[in-house]
Amino acid sequence: MSGSSAKWWIALLLLALLLPWGFYDWAHARHSGFMISMLSQCGMMIIFALSYNMLMGQAGLLSFCHAVFFGIGGYTVAHVLSTIGHGDLAIPMEAVPLFGGLAGLAMAIVFGYMATKQRATAFAMITMGIGELVATASVMFRHFFGGEGGITTDRMIENSVFGLTYSQGIQVYYLIVAWTVIAVMGMYFLTQTPLGRMANACRDNFERAQFVGYDPKIVRFVQFALSGFFAGIGGALYAVTYEIMTFDALSAPLSANALLMAYIGGTTVFAGPILGAVLITVLQSYISLLSNSWLVYVGVLFIAMVTFVPAGLAGIILAHKPIQQAGQMRRLTVPYLRLVIPGVAVVFGFIGMVELLSFLTIGAAQGKKLVLAGSTIDVAAFMPWAVSVACLFGGGVWLRLESRVFNRVWEQVTLEIKAREAVR
Amino acid sequence: MEVLIVSLLNGLVYGMLLFMLASGLTLIFSMMGVLNFAHASIYMLGAYFAFEVSRWVGFIPALIIAPIACGAIGAAIEIFGLRRVHHNGHIAELLFTFGLVFIIQRGLQMIWGMLPMPYRVPAFLDFPLFVLYGANFPAYRGFMLLISAVMLLSIFLLLKKTRIGLIIQAALTHPQMVSALGHNVPVVFTTVFAGGCLLAGLAGVIGGNYLTTESSMADAMGPIVFVVVVFGGLGSLAGCFIASILMGMIQTFAVVFDVTLGDLLAPFGVNANWDNLLGEIFTVPMARIGPLLPYAMMILILLFRPRGLMGTRDT
Repeated sequence: MSGSSAKWWIALLLLALLLPWGFYDWAHARHSGFMISMLSQCGMMIIFALSYNMLMGQAGLLSFCHAVFFGIGGYTVAHVLSTIGHGDLAIPMEAVPLFGGLAGLAMAIVFGYMATKQRATAFAMITMGIGELVATASVMFRHFFGGEGGITTDRMIENSVFGLTYSQGIQVYYLIVAWTVIAVMGMYFLTQTPLGRMANACRDNFERAQFVGYDPKIVRFVQFALSGFFAGIGGALYAVTYEIMTFDALSAPLSANALLMAYIGGTTVFAGPILGAVLITVLQSYISLLSNSWLVYVGVLFIAMVTFVPAGLAGIILAHKPIQQAGQMRRLTVPYLRLVIPGVAVVFGFIGMVELLSFLTIGAAQGKKLVLAGSTIDVAAFMPWAVSVACLFGGGVWLRLESRVFNRVWEQVTLEIKAREAVR
Repeated sequence: MEVLIVSLLNGLVYGMLLFMLASGLTLIFSMMGVLNFAHASIYMLGAYFAFEVSRWVGFIPALIIAPIACGAIGAAIEIFGLRRVHHNGHIAELLFTFGLVFIIQRGLQMIWGMLPMPYRVPAFLDFPLFVLYGANFPAYRGFMLLISAVMLLSIFLLLKKTRIGLIIQAALTHPQMVSALGHNVPVVFTTVFAGGCLLAGLAGVIGGNYLTTESSMADAMGPIVFVVVVFGGLGSLAGCFIASILMGMIQTFAVVFDVTLGDLLAPFGVNANWDNLLGEIFTVPMARIGPLLPYAMMILILLFRPRGLMGTRDT
């Protein structure tokens, strides 16, 4: 890890530690419950997305059953917490998430043994089968999974190294931060090991990896098992936070979420999924309060990323690095600013269309009204629709023109930098 | 005996419905390498379209209009979406269709609302076709079988007896060679994609009122269709057909037999009614294990015979 990126990591950690206090309600001397739960969710999703990227980004394996390991970790920890609560076990709270990891690891060894015999599309299909298999089985076996109602537990086990009760959200949050740091460091460390390198090699060219003397199946298997371990830790933190484990925590939508977070964040960079996890979680927390159409937005965002920026958000940021190092960033400022207005118009127009449509049907059924800046908007009227359509299409055409200008400047700057380096 | 025959017929109806969906997906998957996650969403679109059209002009026009609309949507997806991401590889194409699933599902909910649609069997087909051991066999199931048989026959004729069919067949196994021979493979791709979506739409039209037209019907159908495609094998419509019927039968028969593993072991003197985690495996009735079976079978076949039942190459 180079010096400059270490600085970034430490800044990120400080931010994670201090952020809850930025929303502290001093008048009532209490934390904002919404912020704490959102930040906690961010923590476990960071672990989850990063562990998913151990497969997708680092090993080139598209998995559709990642939530299984998250869920199994969570269910196991829920049972462990209940057992400790009954006094049958004496384990401090701080070590409990490890059980989730071990459960995820065990499960990933079993299923990984099957799935990693194949690669590419066959692998994706097997994992989809496993995901559906476990999701269906979870409704069947009531002893472990508790049927459709799920299982509940109590995290106040009064057994802590630091003497904490974990009765408050903030204490759980710091537990999550600690485990997130451990898991992120662990996963970063793994990328530096021969295993991590061989996973990359098998992703890029598995035949040549074989010639070097490694068995790609073994590499895939170990990578899969370890990623299950980390996903299990994420699930354990979920169980500790919410004290309830249901079907949702191991079914297909959560697996899909892992894919969305990792891909939108960027699978080619280690920190990419962190970006994706935070972005998706924060957007989900806020937008699902305001709008019914969260899935449409995330679907469109995802498709836009797949089509235009396969490297994800982190890829976009990384593309600026050579330009920034050459001190040419200010030449991009004006083209960027010129992108902003049509970009905002397109986004505004699109959101307008979706929300108008949504409030016309679902909103009407729920008896809600579309309120913008304090005034109610009549969704059946002509004007809002006309404005949205005009913004969307007018902005779209304008954006296209501006993006050509932007591309020209971008190409020019990169060419110049390349030329200068060639001279050097 | 009566249970057996009624279940056989029901299994056949369900199997044919599966085949209608899976045949298009097999063609798309074998030829383009695109695992079309949105295939079941197109099926759902077909059902919603059929509901809307049959409300205004009747069921028979819906039977024609809705699949064509789905085919057109499929062509649009291929031309404006998949071609753009094609150069990023198959995974990008798969992810593209994966994103479409969310958009289609939520878009449908935004237009038609969250509740199930009152899409019913048309009145002129709503009578018992014949009586079997005292149980009515609805005419609509017969009609579904008829439509599927017609579709099966027309696919067969199209693929075996026409020029475009020959090219498609060739492109199934040797896509590079077909393009080397000077055929416009992108156009063939678009045709196949649109055709597959058309069949999915047709399945939606006749399946939407047999099952329920609601926004979760794609999620319920999607994984099963994938299982059928993988089980049947790439590049083989015959394998796909066998797999569809097999899955239809398994799903139907599993519901009928109300036995547990423990019951099956009882004659051998094993009493497996323990009330613990392990014992539960023996006390779960077959009807609830049923939904598990297709996935278990898919995993097994991918492990031991990755090319599927009658596939020509590995998945």
